[in-house]
Amino acid sequence: MGPVLIAHRPSLTAGSEPRVSRARWPRVIGIHIALIAYSILALFPVLLVILNAFKDKLTIFSAPYALPNRQTFTLEGFRTLEATANFPAYFLNSFLVTAGSLLLIILVSSMAAFAIAEYTFRLNTFFALYLSIGIMVPIRLGTIGILQLAVNLDLVNTLWILILVYTAQGIPLAVFVLTAFMRQLPKDLKDAARIDGASEYRIYWLTLPLVRPAIGSVLAISMIPIWNDLWFPLILAPGEATKTIVLGASVFLGQFVNDYNAVLAALTLAIVPAVVLYLIFSQQLIKGITSGAVK
Amino acid sequence: MSKRRFPWHVVVFLAPAVIIYTLFMIYPLLDSLALSLQNKPANGPEIFVGLQNYHTLFTAEQWSKPFWNAFWNNVKFFIIHMLVQNPVGLLLAALLVTRIRGAWIYRTIIFTPTILSVVIIGFAWKLILNPAWGISQGILDAVGLGNLNQPWLGLESTTLPTLSLISVWQNIGIPMMLFLAALIRIPDELMEAARVDGAGAWTVFWRIQFPLILPTVGIVAVLTFVGNFNAFDLIYATQGALAGPNFASDILGTFFFRTFFGYQLQPGDPYMGATVAGVMLLIILTGVLVYLFAWQRRLQNIQF
Repeated sequence: MGPVLIAHRPSLTAGSEPRVSRARWPRVIGIHIALIAYSILALFPVLLVILNAFKDKLTIFSAPYALPNRQTFTLEGFRTLEATANFPAYFLNSFLVTAGSLLLIILVSSMAAFAIAEYTFRLNTFFALYLSIGIMVPIRLGTIGILQLAVNLDLVNTLWILILVYTAQGIPLAVFVLTAFMRQLPKDLKDAARIDGASEYRIYWLTLPLVRPAIGSVLAISMIPIWNDLWFPLILAPGEATKTIVLGASVFLGQFVNDYNAVLAALTLAIVPAVVLYLIFSQQLIKGITSGAVK
Repeated sequence: MSKRRFPWHVVVFLAPAVIIYTLFMIYPLLDSLALSLQNKPANGPEIFVGLQNYHTLFTAEQWSKPFWNAFWNNVKFFIIHMLVQNPVGLLLAALLVTRIRGAWIYRTIIFTPTILSVVIIGFAWKLILNPAWGISQGILDAVGLGNLNQPWLGLESTTLPTLSLISVWQNIGIPMMLFLAALIRIPDELMEAARVDGAGAWTVFWRIQFPLILPTVGIVAVLTFVGNFNAFDLIYATQGALAGPNFASDILGTFFFRTFFGYQLQPGDPYMGATVAGVMLLIILTGVLVYLFAWQRRLQNIQF
């Protein structure tokens, strides 16, 4: 599945080194024009939404591309939002679910990866293969079983069920990536620690900082699908108290379809924090995604 | 260090991952498959019916019609991704790898839609394409094609291609990044040598760069396949569970959701829902196996 890509880790930052370019300037300008055109296409809907979220209804329709000015500026949409939906609580739920799942994914996957990479035991390959089935098989196909299980365990409408399901979803790729990295660690270090009398648990703990880039990859790859998921919150935790931001926004958007102020405000609230965080961490995120390779 | 003691630490290391993964992924999948082989008569206990549910899904009019509709829509959804998303993603990567100034800015911008939720993206496009707002009309007017404007999401003939292109627009960052990562790994010397021999950019791309990133082409294709045949969020967010108009945008994910949870007057049916999930699993496994055995083996033959 992924070994081809993971074998050698690409370094995207290498792109910043100037390369001897034989391209003549018309070609360079052509490339810039193509990339600028696509960038506009990529940003246009997002900017249009944010721009209009701060304008009054009349101007949204009469001058969709105009910047809000003193006469047209309004926070009406955000007030509707505040009055009818508890967005801060949805944010908190999304944050708890995403952070909790990522923490659990890293913890249990690094332990399993350590065992698979470090020890030779009879079922070693079996576990490696067993855990990698989920790389390609989407967990959604087991939804009916998951819902029945959640009902039996009395976990419906809790954040726990989401955390556990996302952890199960994240484990296969995380174990795969972490095992590949842990296999590359030199044996000497660990053997030296063993001679000093360190327990196996302590050695595991000592290796963790050494695979930090792999952990970064796993975080980058797992984070976005968990934060953005609609399916499992909709099915397993649709209650008001456990709504995530994506589900909360989707319900709100459905109810206020025709109230452009409110809808644009909701979209803006869902977009802006994500984009700001992305811009801050984009270098790490992109490097992490590509070095972990298989999405 | 040959210890005769049972290596408990190995168990401790493996157990949490294996237990969570087994309990919340493997067991539900198997449970769901088992359910697809059962049924429950109106007044009676659950009984084993073998492949009867699958037979019903494929042949009984009220099941087979929506199923094949969703299946073929899903195939079209996938084909549009393969024809638009992956070639354009490759093109963008090929432009970015020329290392022109500001490449990282373009890369960051183009990847932005990919990090946003499908729900948000879908809804933003729904507003933009809504004739009531008039954005799409305005843009088409500006380029003199105003009379081509239509309610793209509201017509049976255009809704599926439109939704596919929205999905392409959002997800293009992934093939772009994977192709870019692969292109960057190609040593400069290889391309320099070709250029010295007089090869143009076009020849260099098709004769040197493209053959070397074939493994990534395969990975992108199989990721697209799995993602597309498992898609749900975009359609649900923009068109609702009924995947309107008149099921024109219904794909397997939305069909599965409706079958399991029911809609309007039709009650939900866990047995048939599990059957639909079983068919989706079969489709996805087929795609993955084709990739693993046909594509990868073929590549090995070329390489060695």
